[in-house]
Amino acid sequence: MLSIKNLHVSLEEEEKQILKGVDLEVEAGKVHAIMGPNGSGKSTLSYVLSGRDGYAVTDGSASLEGEDLLEMEPEERAAAGLFLAFQYPVEIPGVGNMTFLRTALNAQRKARGEDEMSAADFLKLVREKAKALKIDAEMLKRPVNVGFSGGEKKRNEILQMALLEPKMCVLDETDSGLDVDAMKLVAEGVNALRDAGRAFLVITHYQRLLDHIRPDVVHIMADGRIIKTGGPELALEVEENGYAGILGEVA
Amino acid sequence: MALAEKTGADPLEARLGPVADAGAWAKAARGEAAKRLRAMGLPGRRDEYWRFTNPADLNAAEAPEAAVFETGEAPTFDAIDRLKIVFVDGVFDAATSDDLALEGVEIERLSAAASRDIHWARELYGVLEARGQTPVARPFAALNSATATDGVLIRVTAAAPKPVALIYLHRDTRSDAVLHHVVRVEAGASLTLLESGPAAARINKVLEVDIADGGAFHHIRAQGRDHERRAMTSIFARLGEGSVYKSFTLTANGVLTRNEQVIELTGDNGVAHVAGAALGDGKSFHHDDTVFITHDAVGCESRQVFKKVLRNGATGVFQGKILVKKGAQKTDGYQISQSLLLDEDSQFLAKPELEIYADDVACSHGSTSGAIDEDALFYLRSRGVPEADAQDLLTLAFVAEAIQEIEDEAIAADILARLEGWLARRR
Ligand SMILES: Nc1ncnc2c1ncn2[C@@H]1O[C@H](COP(=O)(O)OP(=O)(O)OP(=O)(O)O)[C@@H](O)[C@H]1O
Ligand SMILES: [Mg+2]
Repeated sequence: MLSIKNLHVSLEEEEKQILKGVDLEVEAGKVHAIMGPNGSGKSTLSYVLSGRDGYAVTDGSASLEGEDLLEMEPEERAAAGLFLAFQYPVEIPGVGNMTFLRTALNAQRKARGEDEMSAADFLKLVREKAKALKIDAEMLKRPVNVGFSGGEKKRNEILQMALLEPKMCVLDETDSGLDVDAMKLVAEGVNALRDAGRAFLVITHYQRLLDHIRPDVVHIMADGRIIKTGGPELALEVEENGYAGILGEVA
Repeated sequence: MALAEKTGADPLEARLGPVADAGAWAKAARGEAAKRLRAMGLPGRRDEYWRFTNPADLNAAEAPEAAVFETGEAPTFDAIDRLKIVFVDGVFDAATSDDLALEGVEIERLSAAASRDIHWARELYGVLEARGQTPVARPFAALNSATATDGVLIRVTAAAPKPVALIYLHRDTRSDAVLHHVVRVEAGASLTLLESGPAAARINKVLEVDIADGGAFHHIRAQGRDHERRAMTSIFARLGEGSVYKSFTLTANGVLTRNEQVIELTGDNGVAHVAGAALGDGKSFHHDDTVFITHDAVGCESRQVFKKVLRNGATGVFQGKILVKKGAQKTDGYQISQSLLLDEDSQFLAKPELEIYADDVACSHGSTSGAIDEDALFYLRSRGVPEADAQDLLTLAFVAEAIQEIEDEAIAADILARLEGWLARRR
C-alpha cells in the first residue's frame, strides 16, 4: 500500500536534515505503529507524505499503491486515498464544519469521477458517523475546530477519516489529549474502518492506544530513521523501559 | 484649498454651475450648500482625509469615460420582493420603475418636490449633510446638495411591507450622475432600503437618513461592477432614541469608490451598525471607506465591520472614527477593519481613530492586514479540496464576518452569491 524508500528530507528554509533515510512498507490490511522520541521526525514524515510545503526531499521515494506520492499536489494525494489525522488540527474561522466536510467529500468524489453526494444523503451520513464518535450537532455547526477542546479536535479528525474512507490512514498522535472514553471512541472509529483494502500508520507515544488498536507491526524512529521494527511487544518494551535501551542497542 | 483664485477657469465654479431654478425651499437649500462648498473648497491630497485617496477624478469638471460592463448574470436582489425605483445614468426612469406606492411609505421624486414652495424634506435636505461637515469637511456632499436635481424623498410612517430598491443602471460611457435621496423614518416605523448598480461613469450620491425614536432603517447595497466607474457616496444618518440603523455595502470592481458614512447617535440607546465587504482585483482598483460615528447620547451601541479582499495590486483604504461626546456614558463602540492581501503588490491603508470624552464607555478597535492562512490552506488541501477552491473558501470565510451583519437571510444569501460569482470568475 504505502512504500517509503530511503527517504531523505531537509527543511527548505534552513540547512537542516530531518529524515535521514526512512524505509517503510505498509501492506494493505495492516496496522503499523511508529513510536519514537520527541523530535525524531515522525510528524515530518507524515507532513511530507501529505505534501506540506517547506520540506525538500533530497533523496528517496514514497508511493501509494505504486503511484509516486511526491509528484502529487496535496489534494491529489487525498483523492488517491491518503489521509493524515493531524497532530495539531487547524482551526478555520468562518468555515462551518459541515461546509468543510461536504466540500472535502465532494471534491474527492469529483476527483475520482464520481457524482457529488446529495445534501440529504450527506446529512444522513454525517449524522450517523458523528453519532458513533459522540460529536453533537452543535459541533458540526461551528467553524472548523474553532473553540473545540483538544479531544474534540481529535474526534473531528476521525470523523473526517470515517467520511472520506481513505485507503491509507496516517494518524499522528491522535491519542494525545484524549480522555479514556474518547480514546476508546477513537479506537472504535479506527477499528470500524479496518479492512483488507485499507492500511493504517499510527504515530503514538503510548501503549494505551495500541491496547485498543492492535498493531501488526511496530517501528521505532529516532533521529530521522527507523531504527528498529518488531511486533506489538516492541511497544510494550518502550512503555516499560523508555527508549534508552533500544537506542543503546542500535548505537 | 483655495487654489482656484489663481487660475483662470475656476474648477469649483465649473463643478457648481448655476443654481437650478426650483421652489423656495430647494432653492434656499441649494444656495446654502453652494456657500458651504465655496467656504471649504474642493479637496486636495494635503487634506487630512484625502491623503490615501486621490480626489482628482472626482474634482474633474467632466466625468472620465467608463465602459459599460455587461455581466450576463441576474441583477442583484432580483429574487427579492421589492418596490423598484430605477435610475438610468442618474435620471429617474418611470417606465421601468414600479408605481411609487407602498403602504406606510410616501415616495416622491426630488425634482417634483423641489418645485414646491414647501415640503417636509426642507428640514432634512442638506441639513443632515451640513451637520456632518464638522469637524471634517465633506466637499463632495456639499457639492451634491447644491447641484442634485434627481433622487427620491421617502417618508416612512409604518413598518414598510417590503424593501424599497433603488436600481442604478449605467448606459452612457460619459454619464456624470448626481443623486440625492432623503429618508425620514417616523417614530416606530421601519424600512429596508436596497441599492444596486453601477449608476454612471461617475456618480456623486448623497443619502440623508433621519430615524425618529424607535424607528429602524436597514440598508443593503451592492455597488456596481463596472470596472471603470467612479463613485463618491455619502450617507448622513441621525438616530433618535432607541432607533436602529444598519448598513451593509458590497463593492466589487470600480476604479474609484469612496464611501463616506457620517452617523450621529442623538437619542439614548440607539444602535448603529455599518459593515462592508470590498473585492478588488488589479492596480486600478481603489476603494475607500470613511466612517465617522458620533455618540452624543447614553447607552448607544455602534459597530463597524469592514473587510477588503485585495489582489493584483489593488488598494483599500479605511478611515474610521468613533467620537464619544461628553456625557455619552455607557457607550459601546466597536470597530474592526481587515484586509486579505492575496499578493504583495496590494495594499491596505487604515486610519482607525477613537476620541472619547466620557469616562464610562467600552470602545475597541482593531485593524489587520494579512495573507491567506497557509496552515488552513494546507489543511483543506490535505482533505482533497483543490487549491483554488480552498483559497475561495478561505476568502469567503474572511468576508463572512461582514456579511453576517446583514439580518435578512435572503438578502445575505444574494450578497454571498455575488461574492462567490466574483471569485469564480477570477479562476
Ligand atoms: N518547519 C520547521 N522548522 C524548524 N524545525 C523543524 C520544522 N519542522 C520540523 N522541525 C524539526 O525537525 C525535528 C523533527 O520534528 P517532528 O515534528 O517531525 O518530530 P516528532 O517526531 O513528530 O516529535 P513529537 O513526538 O514531539 O511530535 C525537530 O527537531 C523539529 O524541531
Ligand atoms: Mg509529532
